[in-house]
Amino acid sequence: MTTTTQTRSSVRFVPALFAAVLGLAVISLTGHVQAAALHDAAHDVRHATGFPCH
Amino acid sequence: MYSRFLVSALFAGAAAGLIAGILQLIFVQPVLLHAELYEGGDLVHFGAAPVSAHPELPGIDVMRDGLSLIFTMLTYTGYALIMLAAMGVAEDRGAQIDGRTGILWGVAGFVAFHLAPGFSLAPEVPGVAAADVTARQIWWFATVGAAAVALWLIAFGKNWMVWGVAAILLLAPHILGAPEPDTFSGPVPTEIAALFAARAFGIGLAAWVLLGCFAGYFWQREGDQINATAPV
Repeated sequence: MTTTTQTRSSVRFVPALFAAVLGLAVISLTGHVQAAALHDAAHDVRHATGFPCH
Repeated sequence: MYSRFLVSALFAGAAAGLIAGILQLIFVQPVLLHAELYEGGDLVHFGAAPVSAHPELPGIDVMRDGLSLIFTMLTYTGYALIMLAAMGVAEDRGAQIDGRTGILWGVAGFVAFHLAPGFSLAPEVPGVAAADVTARQIWWFATVGAAAVALWLIAFGKNWMVWGVAAILLLAPHILGAPEPDTFSGPVPTEIAALFAARAFGIGLAAWVLLGCFAGYFWQREGDQINATAPV
């Protein structure tokens, strides 16, 4: 039982890291990248969500 | 396991993001459009004539508001991925993750991602004076990271030293200070800016609580399905 739990934990850590990095990438894209097209499209959201804009 | 993270995050992020986006369109967008009238010079605060506080505002703009909805859903999906990563690790360490405990996670997420950075860099209406955007973004990421670690330590730490470190992590970004503008040049009335910040925070909290609840719920449901189909 203990072995199963430990194996599961170590198996889960890498996907968790993957999810966190992917999430950060998504937020950087929608909230932070200053490319004009992205900025204009996400403009109102960036303000309403409290991201630094402009 | 990858699909459990992705599916839970997509469902929770899309649902909470859609609700957040609609709430923003109802409560925040009119305030933002009002501010833009001052930013663009259509209205002038403290000009020759007093200005009505209830000007005619542009209505729904399908393209602009549609993009806002999509980007809000994307943003909350990103938040969900990060929160579920932490939830997954916490569950391995014995924490219960479901829709009910997800509410607490949502409040913590709001504190880390909205309240902590917003405490010194308040949600700003268009047109306000602000420091260089890159400096503010660096400060934003550092503050969010420090607050997230601090909240984890508060929730899962077991002694005063750990909680002390958490307090320092929460306070330090604000004592060091956020990048601020050299001069104030915002043309927007303070009444509009204050209402904007308050509403941005209010909807942020509502959306994060929903996001935490949904993420916990879908995480548990996806887990049940995996357990049901897994060979024993």
